[in-house]
Amino acid sequence: MKDLWKLYAAFFRIGGLTFGGGLTMLPMLKYELVEKNGWVTEEELLDYYAVGQCTPGIIAVNVSTFVGFRKKGIPGAIFSTLGMISPSLIIVSILAFFLEQFMSNQIVAHAVGGIKVVVCALMLQTVITMAKKNLVSAVCYVVAILAFLLALFTPVPTVLLVLVAGIVGIIMYKTGGIKL
Amino acid sequence: MRVYWELFYEFFQIGLFAVGGGPATIPFLMDLTERHDWYTKADVANMLAVSESTPGPIGINMATYAGFNAAGLSGGIVATLSLVLPSLIVIILIAKLLENFSKNPYVKSAFYTIRPAVTGLIATAVLGIWETSLFTSEEGTFQFPVFSVVLVAIFFAAMNHKKLKKLHPAFWILCGAVVGIVFQM
Repeated sequence: MKDLWKLYAAFFRIGGLTFGGGLTMLPMLKYELVEKNGWVTEEELLDYYAVGQCTPGIIAVNVSTFVGFRKKGIPGAIFSTLGMISPSLIIVSILAFFLEQFMSNQIVAHAVGGIKVVVCALMLQTVITMAKKNLVSAVCYVVAILAFLLALFTPVPTVLLVLVAGIVGIIMYKTGGIKL
Repeated sequence: MRVYWELFYEFFQIGLFAVGGGPATIPFLMDLTERHDWYTKADVANMLAVSESTPGPIGINMATYAGFNAAGLSGGIVATLSLVLPSLIVIILIAKLLENFSKNPYVKSAFYTIRPAVTGLIATAVLGIWETSLFTSEEGTFQFPVFSVVLVAIFFAAMNHKKLKKLHPAFWILCGAVVGIVFQM
């Protein structure tokens, strides 16, 4: 039980002290899991990241589940995941609760107005970074443009587009259309 | 009670299909506005602003915020737990069954095309975010706010500047808040 709480506390700190998810969390994960507690090696952590990136869901959560499971089985996975999401739940709930009152404060409203502009720029940056990383062949470009246009102009559900894209990949692999 | 089941159903699906982490949840969250009146497309821009400027993974922050908008505190908890449940199940299965999951050719080939598709979906979602937070006025009509658009360009250029590239997104969020207050945006 003590080990489970240690896992919970470590991931609580990671979730509560890092802004942004994904790769921005890596230094903090490294500090808590490799250097401070010695639960995993750096190579293992990078492996978990690789798996976390190609499994569904939030990457940081996937990594925490993985580490927790390796340490303490299913209870470990659950405690680690809960630790990772607890700070968000607490902080965002408090913010959301007061946001209406906050927003009626002129200064906060102006600040949020400015933040929205930065978010627009950050999102553009995210798309470009993802495109550079993920679009590695002509096939990838075609799939990306098709998904973009279908999502923009048709009401096809997002879930269906993701599923079909995965099936297309497997069929193309089987027929020799893509080389891995 | 029904709203909790709907939250569970929708966010479980997002957790199961949003491959690529936080940003991948955005197209799904935009999608939700078509089916539920939990929040509007314009709220997604607010949610993003809050999620980027609070600690924790962005995808989790977005789920908590969306759930809170739909059904208060308990809604936030249900949405967030539903979002991470597929991860828990999938990761435990992978850790148990597949030693070399990420090297499996079927997994690799599926993700070879899923990643570009998700990139395209996020591009569409970002257009939506731009539309609601820049080009739609409070009355819901089209506007072209020259000052804001120029600011987006300046921030984007700064983020890509050689010397500033390594700076944390939180730094830019802070800059945005200051600029917003100074220029009364």
